[in-house]
Amino acid sequence: MNRRHFAIPNISLRFVPIWRRNFMVWKKMAGSSILGHLADPVIYMLGLGYGLGGMLPEVGGMPYIAFLAAGTVCYSTMNSASFEALYSGFARMHEQRTWEAILNTPITLDDIVFSEIVWAASKSLLSGLAVLAVIWLLGLSHSPLTLWLIPLSLLVGLCFASLGLIVTALAPGYDFFMYYFTLVITPMVLLCGVFFPVDQLPPLLQTVSSILPLTHAINLARPLLNDVIPAHFLWHAAVLLGYALLGFYVSLVLFRKRLSQ
Amino acid sequence: MSVVLSACNLRKSYGDQVVVDGLTVSIQRGECFGLLGPNGAGKTTTLRLMLGLIEPDAGELNLLDHPVPQQARAARLRVGVVPQMDNLDPDFTVTENLLVYGRYFGMSDKAIEARLPELLEFANLTHKRDAKVPTLSGGMKRRLTLARALVNDPEVLFLDEPTTGLDPQARHLIWQRLRELTARGKTLLLTTHFMDEAERLCHRLAVMDNGRIISEGSPRELIERNIEPQVVEVFGEQAAAWAQGHATRHAQRFEVSGETVFCYVDDAQPLLRELQQHPHLRYLHRPANLEDVFLKLTGREMRE
Repeated sequence: MNRRHFAIPNISLRFVPIWRRNFMVWKKMAGSSILGHLADPVIYMLGLGYGLGGMLPEVGGMPYIAFLAAGTVCYSTMNSASFEALYSGFARMHEQRTWEAILNTPITLDDIVFSEIVWAASKSLLSGLAVLAVIWLLGLSHSPLTLWLIPLSLLVGLCFASLGLIVTALAPGYDFFMYYFTLVITPMVLLCGVFFPVDQLPPLLQTVSSILPLTHAINLARPLLNDVIPAHFLWHAAVLLGYALLGFYVSLVLFRKRLSQ
Repeated sequence: MSVVLSACNLRKSYGDQVVVDGLTVSIQRGECFGLLGPNGAGKTTTLRLMLGLIEPDAGELNLLDHPVPQQARAARLRVGVVPQMDNLDPDFTVTENLLVYGRYFGMSDKAIEARLPELLEFANLTHKRDAKVPTLSGGMKRRLTLARALVNDPEVLFLDEPTTGLDPQARHLIWQRLRELTARGKTLLLTTHFMDEAERLCHRLAVMDNGRIISEGSPRELIERNIEPQVVEVFGEQAAAWAQGHATRHAQRFEVSGETVFCYVDDAQPLLRELQQHPHLRYLHRPANLEDVFLKLTGREMRE
C-alpha cells in the first residue's frame, strides 16, 4: 500500500457544493424519502410502543413507549446515515460515476468523502427531527433537555456515516451491503437497548454492548427524554465522535487505495 | 509559443504491469494534440496522470505552470475534462448539470448563469435546457459533457475518446465544435483510436503503444516518415497467392490481412499495369493515410 494513502485528511469548505448537489437531488424525491426513512420508524415506535407497551409495566422507570422513543431516535438516525453512506454513496461512487466527474474539478477525494459523511449526517438530523416532532406531539416528553437530541442526531449520523463508508469502500457491489446490515446493524439494534434494557442481556453480551456506538447514543438519548442529564455524557459523546473520526480516516484510506487503481 | 503541458519520463505500473513506460511529451498553447493508440496502450492512464488523479512512479509533469500532482488542484481550476464514459447527473436537467458543475470550480450561481446561454448554444441544447439527462440522445449527452467541461472557461481541454459510440452526424458536430475551440485559442489534448478524427482535428499526434510514444509529428509528417506514399489494396480469393508471386516485384512492402493484400509503393503505376493482367482481382488505389501508419506501427493483431 502506498504511503500517501495514509496522509492526514485535508478537508475544506470545498465539500459545500457537493452537499448542495445532493440536497438538490434529495429535493426532487423528498416525498418518498420522508416516507421511507422518517415515517417508517415512527410507525414501528407507535405500533410496538402502544401494542407491546400495553402488556408491560414500566420499563426502565418509564412507560414502554417513552422507553422505546429514545431507542427509536437513535435507531432511525443510525439507519438513515447507514443507508445513505452505503447504497446512495455507492451509487455516486460507482454506478453514476458522480465522484469521477467531481474529481476532474479542483475538488479532491478527501473533500468528496467528507461531503458524503456530512450529507449522510444531514439526513440523520432530519430523521431525528421527525421522530422528535412525534415525541413532542404525543407528549412523550416535556423536557427542554430533548432539544439536545438534535445535535445528538447529527453526531450519531456522523458516526454511522463514517462507519458505513468503510463498507462502501470495500464493496464490490450492492449485495455486499447485506453482510453489514445483517451482521452488524441488526445485532447492534438488539444489543444496544433499543427495544429492551441492556441489563436484560447475559454479562458477556453486556460487555459487547458497551463497546458498540449505538449503546452510547442511547445512553445519552434516554435520560435526556426523561429530563435527566446523562451520566458520563462527555464520555459517551467522545466515543461517538471517536468512531466518527476513525471511520472517516479508515474509509478515506480505503477510498484512496480503491480509486488509485 | 508557450508550453502548456509537459511530461518527462513518466512511468506508472500496476503490480507487474507497466502501463506508462517513460513517456515524454510537450504540448504548446493553442494546439490540438492527439494521443493515438490501440486499446490498452496507456492513453487513459496518461490523461489521469496529467490531471494529477493518480501518482506517477517516476517522472516529472507540469500543467499550466503547476507541478503535478503536487499542485494539481490549482491546475485543474483552469482545465476542462470530457471523460470517456458519460458521468452526467441523471437526476438533473441540462442546465442543472451545468450549474452544479460550475459550483465545483467555486463559481457563483450568478457567474454560471451568465455563461449558460453561450454554453447551451455551443452545445446545440438551448431547446433542451430543461430536459432531464436520461431523455437525451447519445450525441446530446456528449455535447452536454463538452459544455460542462467548458463551464469554467478552461485554457486546456482534455478529451478522452470524445466521439466513441456516436453516429456520423453526431460525430461531425462534435468535430466542428472542437475546431471552433482551437480557433478560439484553446489547447486540446484528445485521445482517440479513430484515425480520421485524428487526421481532421489534430495539429500534432503521438502514436502510443505499450505505454510509450513510438512516433510523433503532424499527421502529414507521420505519414511521410513512416510509410510509402501510395497504397494499392488488392481483394479476392486469389489475392494472397498473387501477392506471393507478383507483389514483391512492384511494391516496396506488402501485408496480407484475410483476403486483402495491402501493397505500399512509392510509384503505383507499374503495379497497376501488372494488376490489369489479372482481371479476377479487384483493387483500390489510394494515398497512404494515418490508419496505414497506425497499423504499421502497432501491428495488425487484435488487442484484447
